[in-house]
Amino acid sequence: MGDLLQRATLPGVFPGLAQSVNGAPLAYLDNAATTHMPSVVLDAMNAFEGRSRANIHRGVHALSQRATDAFEQARTDLKRFLGAGPAHELVFTSGTTDALNLVAHGLSEATGGRAWLQPGDEIIASGLEHHANLVPWQQAARRSGARLRILRPDPQGRLHVDDLARLLSPRTMVFAVTACANATGERPPYEELLALASEAGALTVLDAAQAVAHETPRLAVLACDFLAFSGHKMYGPMGTGALAGRRKSLERLAPLRFGGDMVAWVGEQEASFAELPARLEGGTPNVAGAVGLAAAAAFIEATGRGAIDAHLRALRAHAATGLAALNGITVLAPHSQESAIVSFVARGAHPHDLGTLLDERGIAVRTGHHCAQPLLDHLGLGPTTRASFAMYNTHEEVERLVAAVAEALEVLR
Amino acid sequence: MSTAADLLYQDVVVEHKRAPRHFGTLAAPTHEARGRNPQCGDDVEVQLRLEGGKVADIAFHGQGCAICIASSSMMTEAVLGRDLCAARELQQRFRAVLTGQAEPDAAALGKLVSLAGVSRYPSRIKCALLGWHALMHAIGEAQPLDEEQAAP
Repeated sequence: MGDLLQRATLPGVFPGLAQSVNGAPLAYLDNAATTHMPSVVLDAMNAFEGRSRANIHRGVHALSQRATDAFEQARTDLKRFLGAGPAHELVFTSGTTDALNLVAHGLSEATGGRAWLQPGDEIIASGLEHHANLVPWQQAARRSGARLRILRPDPQGRLHVDDLARLLSPRTMVFAVTACANATGERPPYEELLALASEAGALTVLDAAQAVAHETPRLAVLACDFLAFSGHKMYGPMGTGALAGRRKSLERLAPLRFGGDMVAWVGEQEASFAELPARLEGGTPNVAGAVGLAAAAAFIEATGRGAIDAHLRALRAHAATGLAALNGITVLAPHSQESAIVSFVARGAHPHDLGTLLDERGIAVRTGHHCAQPLLDHLGLGPTTRASFAMYNTHEEVERLVAAVAEALEVLR
Repeated sequence: MSTAADLLYQDVVVEHKRAPRHFGTLAAPTHEARGRNPQCGDDVEVQLRLEGGKVADIAFHGQGCAICIASSSMMTEAVLGRDLCAARELQQRFRAVLTGQAEPDAAALGKLVSLAGVSRYPSRIKCALLGWHALMHAIGEAQPLDEEQAAP
């Protein structure tokens, strides 16, 4: 099985990966938490800071214009990357959590008119969600008097369109679902789910945090009002991300941050607000971050989306097969192919102990609840061990993972 | 396998994890408390029967990693039959060793000295102390949990 990137050239491309941990070459398999950044992204950010750093908008001087152009170019590039059409817009945020809070707050708070969510309305969130796409909806329900309902997965952790059909009602105003469950690696049929909820009159929210660096959703062909993602899970900088979606739907959101840059006119006692996207981007944004994020998207496109998707599917399948062959290991969502996450439980061995023993071999994995406690409770599971892949991972690293898990089980059982 | 296998997962630790002592519940506890770590799902309940200021009986149950279970198991052995003062003193000594504020001392710690290597793994210190926090809560002398959780 081939790798996508050459091991020999990796240190020049991803400087953070070229190191040893506990005497072994780092096998970084915690990409669902954060991916490493290629040097082209760092270079793009450095170039911005070194040549064009100034505050954006309103400035009439050269650097401010350059910074504004760089920021708006990043927006344009990212919209194209997500397959946005003319009816779409993109708002920069600090990441997925920030973006989802912007939506949940913006639909439950009234500014000027009526809030989208009213007492007695229903919000449906899937049971696969990261806490970032659940807790904001709990708060939105509390704020608005709406009721939060959960689209529960089956015992194998899958979501079904029929189950959503049964749950939808004339009061369903919002449907929120992930494009890939971070805790299990399940890739739900989100296209059909979003379409069904949208037909029923709900605004639809897609958490694309785990599906932006590969298997990237295309906005133009989705019934998706809001799509949230993070830069640091797509080879970009931390503290960056965006909320993209239908302009008309974004216009419904009450702003979360009031202040500079998001206003049209301000008096002593009242103000009117700017058009999108400025309306939802109060204050000075992370301009270098936006530039880095767009550079990361360009890097993904230059590497080749098809090649990345194929490589990650192959790594996931390799790991799932290798781990499932070990005695007492259960791989979650074994059927999930379009996923770069392999999450597993081991009889008689706690994830924390596995994680420590793998780290000793230079293998970085994540252990615990992965911010998805209700899901793991529902599946009757405790914490899991999760390996997650990125374009730079190799089949040799998968072999090391499987061998190290087998050895750790020997120590712990 | 490695240093971690030698330092953290000594035979006595793995043996206590496989067959934890006093694992279960008491029929008539006088004191009890639960310790939970929401990050990793470790969840341990400690029950006590105190008589005349002494630990007349103790049990624990729940789930956790090897370090958490072994530490709780050794704790039940160490404090059974002893008075509360001694239990508190042992907790403080053990905690000081794990947080690097005291040298491991086999004479004072007994079997618990096998967990001294946890001090080299800051992210695992809270695992080793979870059962002890529950014990201290149960007898009403809890240390603030945040002190160890400051570790990343």
